[in-house]
Amino acid sequence: MALLEIKDLRVKVHDKDRDKEILKGVSLIVHPGEIHAIMGPNGSGKSTLSQVLAGRETFDVTRGQVLYDGKDLLAMSPEERACNGVFLAFQYPAEIPGVNNTYFLKAAVNAVRKHRGEPELDAMDFLKLFKGKMKALQMHESLMSRPVNEGFSGGEKKRNEILQMAVLEPRLAILDETDSGLDIDALRVVAEGVNALRSPERAIVLVTHYQRLLDYIVPDHVHVLLEGRIVKSGGKELALELEKKGYAWIEQDLGRIPAEAAR
Amino acid sequence: MAETNAGIRRITEQEYKYGFVSAIETDTIPRGLSEEVIRLISAKKKEPPFMLEWRLKAYRHWLTMKEPAWQNIHYAPIDYQEMIYYAAPKSQKDRPKSLDEIDPEVRKTFDKLGIPLKEQEVLAGVAVDAVIDSVSVATTFKENLGKLGVIFCSFSEAVENHPDLVKKYLGSVVPYTDNFFATLNSAVFSDGSFAYIPKGVRCPMELSTYFRINAADTGQFERTLIVADEGSTVSYLEGCTAPKRDTNQLHAAVVELVALDNATIKYSTVQNWYPGDKDGKGGIYNFVTKRGKCAGRNSKISWTQVETGSAITWKYPSCILQGDDSTGEFYSVAVTNNRQQADTGTKMIHIGKNTKSTIISKGISAGHGQNTYRGLVKILKGATRARNYSQCDSLLMGDTCGAHTFPYMEVKNATAQVEHEATTAKIGEDQIFYCRQRGLSAEDAVNMIVNGFCKEVFRELPMEFAVEAQKLLSVSLEGSVG
Ligand SMILES: Nc1ncnc2c1ncn2[C@@H]1O[C@H](COP(=O)(O)OP(=O)(O)O)[C@@H](O)[C@H]1O
Ligand SMILES: [Mg+2]
Repeated sequence: MALLEIKDLRVKVHDKDRDKEILKGVSLIVHPGEIHAIMGPNGSGKSTLSQVLAGRETFDVTRGQVLYDGKDLLAMSPEERACNGVFLAFQYPAEIPGVNNTYFLKAAVNAVRKHRGEPELDAMDFLKLFKGKMKALQMHESLMSRPVNEGFSGGEKKRNEILQMAVLEPRLAILDETDSGLDIDALRVVAEGVNALRSPERAIVLVTHYQRLLDYIVPDHVHVLLEGRIVKSGGKELALELEKKGYAWIEQDLGRIPAEAAR
Repeated sequence: MAETNAGIRRITEQEYKYGFVSAIETDTIPRGLSEEVIRLISAKKKEPPFMLEWRLKAYRHWLTMKEPAWQNIHYAPIDYQEMIYYAAPKSQKDRPKSLDEIDPEVRKTFDKLGIPLKEQEVLAGVAVDAVIDSVSVATTFKENLGKLGVIFCSFSEAVENHPDLVKKYLGSVVPYTDNFFATLNSAVFSDGSFAYIPKGVRCPMELSTYFRINAADTGQFERTLIVADEGSTVSYLEGCTAPKRDTNQLHAAVVELVALDNATIKYSTVQNWYPGDKDGKGGIYNFVTKRGKCAGRNSKISWTQVETGSAITWKYPSCILQGDDSTGEFYSVAVTNNRQQADTGTKMIHIGKNTKSTIISKGISAGHGQNTYRGLVKILKGATRARNYSQCDSLLMGDTCGAHTFPYMEVKNATAQVEHEATTAKIGEDQIFYCRQRGLSAEDAVNMIVNGFCKEVFRELPMEFAVEAQKLLSVSLEGSVG
């Protein structure tokens, strides 16, 4: 059975007194064990798709269906989705002043454990759990005693997202441009974190607009999102082709724009 | 006009001067305020003449005063002649027999705050054996303090047993002429707390009104006086997180603190008076005057307050930094939800050299709540190298509430450094969503964000209190984010 099945998803947002359609019928099937990359130029709707899957209420789903593990995902609250193993690494993680980063992560872990009927972790067990993961991600200990994301650099925020993912061990991880703003070393570390999570039960959806990340995390499927629609799907070679030819090539390929304009 | 009225009243009331003796036989006193009533109060409390005189001076002065109108709060006029200014302490038989007789809403909140049953009984004034426990705790507590020479008792007991100390310090920080509500309090105050920490003594435990057996019925006009003698240290806790209801709408308390050379006083308050219903009906009006005087050099007074209750909060715990090198601090969290209004802040008056003050104010508004910070930093001519740092942050939850900041500064000495920062932020939908995406409920998310916002204040509270204060905040803001 598919872990995630998106059928003809249409999403709009109400902005400045008018409705704007962002996703115009997206369909996608993700099986356990798979890695899917979703690529597309800025503004094509990648973050909107990620956030709708995570349950953001600022967006209106006007049509379509999303099944997660066979259940109606759209009927669940954001926290239910999270507790059932849906994780979103945010493109722009929120800052929470005054709330200790370790405390926050512990609260998240225990919320998920509670949902599963498992006993909550005490401070000692929790430390053991996350110390190792932190080392693997080469994260500075000082980040853990600071307020959540406050004053973090772009790269530190992204690593923090990956640390949370590593500790929470989701079944479906959606990574929204986790690669942007990372230098090559950081990129490698983050990729290792993602690869470590790879398993036959889990699936990963990588949102990116560079193929760079895909050198380190090799996807099974690549999809191109353009103006709210998946216009092309293929294997990992599609990403390379995109890299070489740019997004205009796709548009041309689709017969939307004449060949000379694409050059 | 008020002057002549007062004059007339004074004359007409003269004839009651000697009439009070027979009146004390009964336990009811007439509604309203007059010299006769004040004499009655003083007589019922068997006060020495100096107290009666002080009360009468205050009353006469009060007649010349007008209720202040500058604050950013709105309420129906208070009829001072409709109130009853003295109520005999409740006897055992008037008290509720068990918790079953307590308002279920109050009990629900007790449970949410996690207050143990026995404590609930004490707090609710239940007349059962549970009180015995607290009496014995309080007794050992008092014995230990007594060995160190610390005096900690009700104000009435202090007047009776330590009249010289009371005479010396009463009104020395908040004079009976101070302001409308403080003056009213001076005339009619019922009871309150008194603490004296002798030279060089570091008070080994938190002094709290909770431990005072007769704290239950201090009433609407409470008066507290704390004196820390040279080199002593004390931490005092006022109030508790449990919700408090009272049939008296107006509360006008006065707190005076005196710190002599090298003494430190830390005064922490959690105020959770009934705020009224969703429309603000029936809530307490809390008009409080709190002031500390750093009289000695290198002394320190620190106010920490968590204000979640009351329909109206009007309160400016202040420090007079008279001694050289003295320090004043003010840490405040004020929450207004539904129709609550708070106008609160502090005054830091720098008189001595090298005096320092810190102000951290966190205002949280939800529902139709209105939250005003009002602060004054005054640096007098002689306050060479005085320093102040103020930070006022407001957090808004929703679109129908308000936050206002009025920082006043008067600097008369060029070597002074005064720094002020202010922020206003709305609780972010993105922050709440971020927390929920990690598995926290919307309510837990809001609590976490709000507690983070208040952290700089909560860490000033004694440990146990801080935990309770966090819970209290979540109860106060329940349902304020949909
Ligand atoms: N909350 C919003 N209000 C109005 N417009 C939005 C909102 N969120 C996204 N959009 C618009 O939707 C389009 C897709 O945005 P987004 O999903 O962030 O794209 P991507 O992540 O692919 O760069 C953009 O045109 C963006 O401006
Ligand atoms: Mg995006």
